[in-house]
Amino acid sequence: MARFAAKHLAFLLLTLFVVSFLVFALNEFSPGDVARKELGAYATQDQVEALTKRLGLDRPLLVRYAEYMGKAAAGDLGTSARYKAPVRTVIARHLANTALLAALAFACIVPFSMLLGVAAGMREASRLDRAILLFSTVMASIPEFALGVFLVSVFVVWLGWLPGTATLVAGGGWSVGAQLVLPVTVIVLFDAGYVISMIRASMVEVMQRPYIRTAVLKGMPFRRVILGHAVRNAMINPITVILLQINYLVAGVVVVETVFAYPGFGRMMLEAALFKDIALIEAGALVAVGLAVLTNILGDLAYMLLDPRIRA
Amino acid sequence: MSAPVTAEVLTVSPPATSRRQAPRWWRWLTAIRRSKPATVGAVIILAWILLAALAPLLAPYAPNAPDLAALAHTAPSRAHWLGTDHLGRDLVSRILWGARPVLLIAPLAVLGATILGSLLGLAAGYRRGWIDLVVTRACDIVLSFPVIILYMIILAHFGSSAWNIIAVLTLTKAPIIARIVRGLTLELREREYVAAAKMRGESALYIMLVEILPNARGPLIVDMCLRTGYNIIIIGVLGFLGIGLPPPDPDWGGMVKDTYGMMMVWPHMALVPCAAISSLVIGFNMLAVGLRELGLRD
Repeated sequence: MARFAAKHLAFLLLTLFVVSFLVFALNEFSPGDVARKELGAYATQDQVEALTKRLGLDRPLLVRYAEYMGKAAAGDLGTSARYKAPVRTVIARHLANTALLAALAFACIVPFSMLLGVAAGMREASRLDRAILLFSTVMASIPEFALGVFLVSVFVVWLGWLPGTATLVAGGGWSVGAQLVLPVTVIVLFDAGYVISMIRASMVEVMQRPYIRTAVLKGMPFRRVILGHAVRNAMINPITVILLQINYLVAGVVVVETVFAYPGFGRMMLEAALFKDIALIEAGALVAVGLAVLTNILGDLAYMLLDPRIRA
Repeated sequence: MSAPVTAEVLTVSPPATSRRQAPRWWRWLTAIRRSKPATVGAVIILAWILLAALAPLLAPYAPNAPDLAALAHTAPSRAHWLGTDHLGRDLVSRILWGARPVLLIAPLAVLGATILGSLLGLAAGYRRGWIDLVVTRACDIVLSFPVIILYMIILAHFGSSAWNIIAVLTLTKAPIIARIVRGLTLELREREYVAAAKMRGESALYIMLVEILPNARGPLIVDMCLRTGYNIIIIGVLGFLGIGLPPPDPDWGGMVKDTYGMMMVWPHMALVPCAAISSLVIGFNMLAVGLRELGLRD
C-alpha cells in the first residue's frame, strides 16, 4: 500500500515536471523571443539584446527553468501582459469561475450518467438499452460548440427563455443563475454521453458474472441484485473515468466558455495563447498539470476504496 | 476511408465454412448490414465522402465568392438553398468544400496515430523491460494532460496549418492506441503461433508485425472509427477557437466561429455547419458502435 502510493506520487511529480518543462522550453527556447515579445515588433535588435541580458534570459534553459520553478513554488508567477495584473490573481479569478461551472456540471453528470448507464447495462440489448445507447452515442458525437449553437437557437433565439451569454455579471434582465443554465447543460450532455457508455459497458460485463446469476437463481429480487451486487462492482472501472472528468471540466471546457463568453480558466488560456502572454501560458499550464495530477491521485484513492483487492 | 474500415469487419467474423465463398466486398457489405447502427453510420459517412469528392461538380457557387446582392436577404432561398453567410458566400458550396479538409485530415491523423501507437505498443508489450516502462509512462503523461490546452499552446506558437494539426493529433492520440495495442500484445505473445515463429527463428520485428499485429486489429478497427469521429470534433473545435485551418477556405468550425455572434439575427449561418459536423461525427460513432456489436456477437 505505502509502496503503491509512493510509486504513484513519484510518477505524478514526474508528470508535473515533464509537462511544465516542455511548455517552458517551447516558449523560452530561443532567448530573444521573450524580450522581443515584451518590447514589440518595432524595438531594435540592440534593445532586444539589452533586455535579454538584463532579464538573464541568455543563461541556459535548465537554469532558468529551475529558477522559474523555485519562484513558482514561492508563489511568484510573474505578471500577465494581456491582463496587466499579477498572474496569480488572474489565474485565481478565472479558476474560481471555472470551478463554479465545473462543480455544477459534475453534480449533474454523476447521478445522471449513473442512472442511465446502470439502467442501460442491466439488461443488455433491451429496448431501454438501445434507446440509451443511441442517446449517449449521439450526445457524445455533437461537438460542444454545435450543441451550444443548437441550444442557443432554441432557448435563446426562438423561445427567448434564457440568455445567450454567461458573463457572470447580472444584466439585461438576466440573473447569474439563468446565465449558468445553458453552459452547464451543454457540458453535462456532452460529457455524460461518454460517461454513460463507460458505465453501461462495465455494467454489462458485471451482469454476466457468476455471482449475479447465483443471486438471481436463489430468488433475490432483481432490484436487490442490481443495487446490492451489481452497481458497486460495476462502478469500479468507471470511477477513474468519472474522476478524470474533473480534469476535463476544469481545463477542457474552453469551448463552452468561448461559446457563452464565460470568464473562465479555459478561455483565459486561449487568450493567453493567442496573445502570446508567456507568463500566463506557463503558469496556466503548470496549474492545469497540477490539477491533472491531483485528479489522478483522487482517482487512485477512490479505486482503492471501492476495490479491496487492490489494497494488498 | 470507409472502404478499409469495412474491409476489416471480416477479421472479427469466424472463418467462413462454406465451400464456395461469395466475393469479398459482398461479405463486407453483408457483415455491416447485420448491424443497424453500423449500416446507418456507414451510409452517413459514404454520403459525406461522395459529397466531398463531387464538391467541384455539385457546388452551385465558388466557395469563397461573395454574392453581394444576396447580403440583403441571407436566409435560405431558391438561389441559395441554405442561405449565405455574413459575407454573402453560398453556404451549400462552403459546406461541400468544407467537408474535404475534414475528411482528409481526420483519417490521416488517425492513420498516423495508429501507426505510431501500434509500433510503440508492440515494442512495449513484446519486449517488456525498460521500453515498456518508458512507453507506458510517456503515454500516461500525455493522457493525463487536458490536451486542448496543449493544442492551444502548440498551435498558437507554431501557427496553424493542416500538417501541424495532423502532427499534434497524431502525437496526442498515439498514446491511447499504444495502450490498447500493448494490452493486446501482452495477451497474444503467449499464443502458440508466436512460440512457433520463435522456434522457426523469425526476427522479433517479423513476429510483432506479421504474427501479432494482424491478430490485434479487431479492437483497433473499432478504435480507429471512434478516433476519426473525435478527430473531426477536435478539428471543428480548433476552427471554432480560431486556431484551426487558416481562412478564407471553408472550414466547418471556422464558419461557426465567424457567425455565431450573429445568431440572434441570422441563426442559420451557424446552424448549418454545426449540423454538418454533428452528422458526420454521428456517422463515425454509429459505425464504431455497430462494429463493436458485430465483433462481440461472433
